Amino acid sequence: MPNYVRDFVFVLLPLLVLLGVLPFFYRNELLLFNFTIYFALAQGLNVIYGFTGYLPFGYVGFFGVGAYGFALAIIHLTTSPALALAIAGLAALVLGVILIPLLRLSGAYFAIANLAAAQAVYHIVSNPDLQDITKGPYGVSLANVFAPRLSYYSALAITALASVVVIWFRNSRFGLALQAIRDDSLSAAMAGIPVVRQRTIAWLLSALIAGLTGGVFAWHISVFYPETAFDISISIFALVFALFGGATTLLGPVIGVLLLYGLYNLIGITIPQYFQLIYGILIVVLVLFLPQGIVSLVSRRGIRVP
Amino acid sequence: MQAEGLVAEEIEAGYGKVQVLWGISASVASGESVVLLGANGAGKTTLLRVLIGLLPARQGRIWLNGEEITHARPDRRVRSGLAYMSELGVFGGLTIEENLLIGGQFLPAARLRRSMAKLYEIFPVLAERRRALASSLSGGERKMLGIAKALAAEPKVLMMDEPSAGLSPLFVSEVVRTLKQLREGALAMLIAEQNIAFLDLADRVYTLEGGRVRFEGTVAAMHADNALHRSYFGLS
Repeated sequence: MPNYVRDFVFVLLPLLVLLGVLPFFYRNELLLFNFTIYFALAQGLNVIYGFTGYLPFGYVGFFGVGAYGFALAIIHLTTSPALALAIAGLAALVLGVILIPLLRLSGAYFAIANLAAAQAVYHIVSNPDLQDITKGPYGVSLANVFAPRLSYYSALAITALASVVVIWFRNSRFGLALQAIRDDSLSAAMAGIPVVRQRTIAWLLSALIAGLTGGVFAWHISVFYPETAFDISISIFALVFALFGGATTLLGPVIGVLLLYGLYNLIGITIPQYFQLIYGILIVVLVLFLPQGIVSLVSRRGIRVP
Repeated sequence: MQAEGLVAEEIEAGYGKVQVLWGISASVASGESVVLLGANGAGKTTLLRVLIGLLPARQGRIWLNGEEITHARPDRRVRSGLAYMSELGVFGGLTIEENLLIGGQFLPAARLRRSMAKLYEIFPVLAERRRALASSLSGGERKMLGIAKALAAEPKVLMMDEPSAGLSPLFVSEVVRTLKQLREGALAMLIAEQNIAFLDLADRVYTLEGGRVRFEGTVAAMHADNALHRSYFGLS
């Protein structure tokens, strides 16, 4: 069985089936939705961080732009939610294109510049002077298109899309070339890899995933504020989940979201006073002993992780 | 100009305001091995970077197998049959097999498989450890992988930048021995080196000094040039 089929059958399919049937048995649909959103975001972040090495601290910028792209399409253009979702993805792609010059930076400089860009977009959206367009700091309400079940399954479809992109990257020469660029971009160029083009494709795909996720988030929660859609902790969570499980794999971010977001909800409710402490210790231990993520417990023995 | 091989004519190039190459003309024909000899800063690496397309030529023209490639992107040049083994070498985060896959990325799948099988025959040490990360290899093994990676695309012209860099004399002999094996086919080799051990491979030699060609000819003619011998090797 080819690796891409194996990845699909043993990781993605069970995840989709599980998330697909759970709403019929489990009543906390918002929690399931949030899990689904983080599955998509962690894989979207995996696309850019895992395969190219760029650390996008401002990843939430694409998410927020997607959320507002969706909302403004509904409010001003009175489009259907499906078309508004396409506009959400397009809005994130446009922001991605505008930010392409950031790819000339590397390491901490890229991370900081990306964070600053997300903050700049947040301040533009929340500017009271733009209230007529963005509703400024007062937030948006999309009660007229509220459809929790449909938006939940749309989020699931976006998770599937993000995962398929990761499966493609994991099992194609394109993805291998991206990893070569991540390792050493100069040597990659010398090997004939079109570095700029391939990096840009990965960047835009990652932006598209976050934009679509932001759009479906806006649809599902239907009332939100700029600080909700551009909350930096969304970037941090997606990043930590992907790193904790193991970037550059399909399974790593899935494990990261299941364990860490599960733990977040568990200890955040039962012993909230120790939440930050436990979470912090866990991340420090991981960085010290398993910098390649939990999946490296297996992959370091030469076993292929999906 | 020969139809098969690589030809550079009157190349001028540099970095910012600093001009490094001053009208260099050089060529390597199909099946020929040419060594670019020169001290540090002579312009060897800069010339190879211009030839692969990482640095634009300010003046001059380049042909590969009769087709002008002066303004072609590096990936186009690689697709046309040019390969470059840099001093930097290999992708440490990828396995040996993945490095070879990257090297031969433009070949159709079946041809790439054949190419890799042939390379594993030439480099048995790589075949044994094909699933190992390249970062786990020794300096000499990495150099072998670097050569194999460049050959994976079945190039017509192989350019190598200082293949002896960082290697012990024993490994240098091993690299020279391997390259001699490769000379049997139609592959053209252009090797930039400081180490005169590579002269054993050379059909012709160019010596570079201050970004200009100081000498062009056979190894025997180079040794016969006493002035050059003194200035480059410090020998009488």
